[in-house]
Amino acid sequence: MSQSPAFQRRSGFSFLLTDTGGKWLLGIILVAIIFVPVLNLYVPKDSFFHVPTFMVSLLGKYLTFALLALSVDLIWGYCGILSLGHGAFFALGGYAMGMYMMRQIGARGVYGNAELPDFMVFLNWKELPWYWYGFDSFSFAMLMVVLVPGILAFVFGWFAFRSRVSGVYLSIITQALTYAMMLAFFRNDMGFGGNNGLTDFKDILGFNIHTDGMRVTLFMLSALAVAFGYVLCRYIVSSKLGRVLVAIRDAESRTRFLGYRVEYYQLFVFTVSAMLAGIAGALYVPQVGIINPSEFLPANSIEIVIWVAIGGRGSLYGAVLGGVLVNYAKSYLTGAFPEIWLYALGGLFIFSTIFLPKGIIGSVASFSVKRAGGVSLTGFFHRISNHMRQNLKGA
Amino acid sequence: MAPFKKILVLLAIIFALNNADATAATLGETIASLAKANTKQKIQTVKVISASGHDRAAEVLQALVGSKLYFQKSDRKVVIIKKAGSTYLLIDPLTAKELGQSPKSKLKKIRINNRIRRVIRGALGGLTLLSKNPGQRLKAAEAVFKSASAGSLPTLKKALERETDEKIKAKMVMAVAATELKISKDQVERLAAVKVLTEFAVPEVRALLGSLATVEKDAEVKEAVDKALSDIEASLVFWNGIGNIFQGISLGSVLLLAAVGLAITFGVMGVINMAHGELVMIGAYTTFVVQEIFRAYFPEAFGFSIAVAIPAAFVVAGGFGIAIERGIIRYLYGRPLETLLATWGLSLILQQFVRSIFGPTNREVGNPEWMSGAIEITGGLVLTYNRIWIIAFSLLVLGLLILFLRKTAFGLQMRAVTQNRPMASSMGIRTGYVDALTFGLGSGIAGVAGVALSQIDNVSPNLGQAYIIDSFMVVVFGGVGNLWGTLVGAFSLGIVNKFLEPFAGTVLAKILVLVAIILFIQKRPRGLFSLKGRAVEN
Repeated sequence: MSQSPAFQRRSGFSFLLTDTGGKWLLGIILVAIIFVPVLNLYVPKDSFFHVPTFMVSLLGKYLTFALLALSVDLIWGYCGILSLGHGAFFALGGYAMGMYMMRQIGARGVYGNAELPDFMVFLNWKELPWYWYGFDSFSFAMLMVVLVPGILAFVFGWFAFRSRVSGVYLSIITQALTYAMMLAFFRNDMGFGGNNGLTDFKDILGFNIHTDGMRVTLFMLSALAVAFGYVLCRYIVSSKLGRVLVAIRDAESRTRFLGYRVEYYQLFVFTVSAMLAGIAGALYVPQVGIINPSEFLPANSIEIVIWVAIGGRGSLYGAVLGGVLVNYAKSYLTGAFPEIWLYALGGLFIFSTIFLPKGIIGSVASFSVKRAGGVSLTGFFHRISNHMRQNLKGA
Repeated sequence: MAPFKKILVLLAIIFALNNADATAATLGETIASLAKANTKQKIQTVKVISASGHDRAAEVLQALVGSKLYFQKSDRKVVIIKKAGSTYLLIDPLTAKELGQSPKSKLKKIRINNRIRRVIRGALGGLTLLSKNPGQRLKAAEAVFKSASAGSLPTLKKALERETDEKIKAKMVMAVAATELKISKDQVERLAAVKVLTEFAVPEVRALLGSLATVEKDAEVKEAVDKALSDIEASLVFWNGIGNIFQGISLGSVLLLAAVGLAITFGVMGVINMAHGELVMIGAYTTFVVQEIFRAYFPEAFGFSIAVAIPAAFVVAGGFGIAIERGIIRYLYGRPLETLLATWGLSLILQQFVRSIFGPTNREVGNPEWMSGAIEITGGLVLTYNRIWIIAFSLLVLGLLILFLRKTAFGLQMRAVTQNRPMASSMGIRTGYVDALTFGLGSGIAGVAGVALSQIDNVSPNLGQAYIIDSFMVVVFGGVGNLWGTLVGAFSLGIVNKFLEPFAGTVLAKILVLVAIILFIQKRPRGLFSLKGRAVEN
């Protein structure tokens, strides 16, 4: 078992040592955590090197999207589960965070009601619904950020994977899931603010979220969350369990016949991924200042998949790259040429699926292999097995 | 002066009975007298005008109550005015002839107060009961039913005798009974009226009897009213159920139309086409363009515009479909998830494309004559013609499609290719060609669905988005690769949705149905009517 580095027994964090892309990613995140706050807080405003606060928040937002993309890559790139409903888990995490911040507003709302958020006063509600209890505690809210998406994913996955719903069927029902959630959250009587959602946030743990210091802190937390998410995902996919996940991705039935309980592996990784998406949502909300049901739009969830596809599916750092790049392009294009954006996004979907099946990362990698003139043995076997798989599927 | 005028009026009535021309002449004088009458005289004149039975009488009274009746300051001639820019267009009240234009300053309005208005309204109700226009008579009968005042009873009875239209007759009988029940002192007559009203199981009668039951003093009548109420209630519940089923079938037919094209591309070919909704939208916009052409060049043949739009939409959407298959999908066979993403991207492009050409707002698509209106089965149940047409049309499309797949050579080739591609290919079937045409067929049907949807929904760039998830649900629920499954799936989802709506509200009903489907798919991952096979995966 000592021929290939992939099968070497590992201990501690050694799994990161062979991961060149991961080292680059963590390095860049480290640089960003150090330099962005310094350039924002300690460099004078008129300096060329000053990073304005809105840019810090924007970068922070991209990082939360990167974490979301990472969570999708974990299940799609390594287990073949294409979820078109991951926006729902993201939004649920966001709502949990939003509920905590709504409770923090207290009596400072427009109606000055210490007990109820503004929209409930507006709807003439007399008391807080039971599912809002506990959200004035930060630790409880943070627990919910992870637990609510996690439990939903667990229950949904329990039903779906046990009855062997897979492939496009799973994609379609995850899409129906987020669609149903969107319709539900649009209802005023759900008690989540209807189509206005939750907004007008003031502070977290007593710190005003509109100050530069808090913005930078949120940015740093988002960057740390991406780093944590990356390490966690890398740990999962390079463990023995990760090997089984890849086996499930490539040949689900064969893995089942080998004696693995495929559904447990799928359920585990799906739940972990939903929790990561929830964390991303919770970091997203204070940085943009609002959460509303449009986050549940099926279109949003599909967009996440395209970030992963563009960056490079099944590499983890590719997902991070795609999440940041596509969203940067979106900010730029929607500002500069609003009517072009949908053409560009649609074109990206088509272009990346037909011409860049491995995404940017994959294409760069195969290009550099060709440039070096060497034919790697593993790449060769990989291509052959790929070829056979395609033929088998075509039959 | 006043007694003299009364005599004149009386004379006018006598003339009216003798001679039609004389009616016109004297009615003209009566109308002319409005120019200088006081309130009392105006009321008298209104009564005379309404009693004259002249064709234009209702018109004149309407003009008076609508502040459109003026007189010229110079010769006190009474005219009906119509705004034409800064000046007024004058119309002779009796002959409806145009008398030229006049500036505002030379005219004076004939003022009326609320007392006169009330009289006019009552008179108009009576007048329109005898109108030649059946629509007006129906409306008048409904108005009389609502007001149920003693004054209109004689006119109503007279109108009832003359009436030939069954529907209006029924409304008039209802109105007579309601009026008698309300104003009569005779117990027998009132009991008879209740009996008559029991025959009409409509919400209005329920409301009338309901309000009466609380104030009725006569014990016997009260008992009859209570019994009638419970009878009507039961019958309304029954018809309400029938109505729900119809609404459900109607919704189901819409779902069926949207999903049946998908049943071909997804169900038969296995291609996840997220741009399917946009093909429906393209069909709807084709209808819009065809109708614009008809409006511009053949406005008299507008009724045929739909008949032209159906093949046009089929060709346009089918052409788009073939282009999509040749340009994108054929590179992605065997990679369903990538197909899903690429076609989603395509759907964004198509939406934006349509938005750039036609603008982001809704476009108006007209209903042709034969599709508008409604048929009333009973008071509680009204079926609109466009819904009925769409139900029939969806079944026709499905039937033709099944025939096409079963009975034509191309249908045979299509099934052969989807069942065993290499074998079909070795038998000499050009599989690429069949793929393109199959996808074109599914897309063309989506376009045809767009024609039907344009008749009941807003035609906007987002039209397709509204149906895509529902259509996938129908196909997956019904069973992939089975057109009958699509039929059953669409109608059962439609009916369940409509039965849930009264209890749960529209949105919650939709959520419940979605959740139910999600749970159902866990139970039967291959849908209601799944194709049975022995393979572990397909």
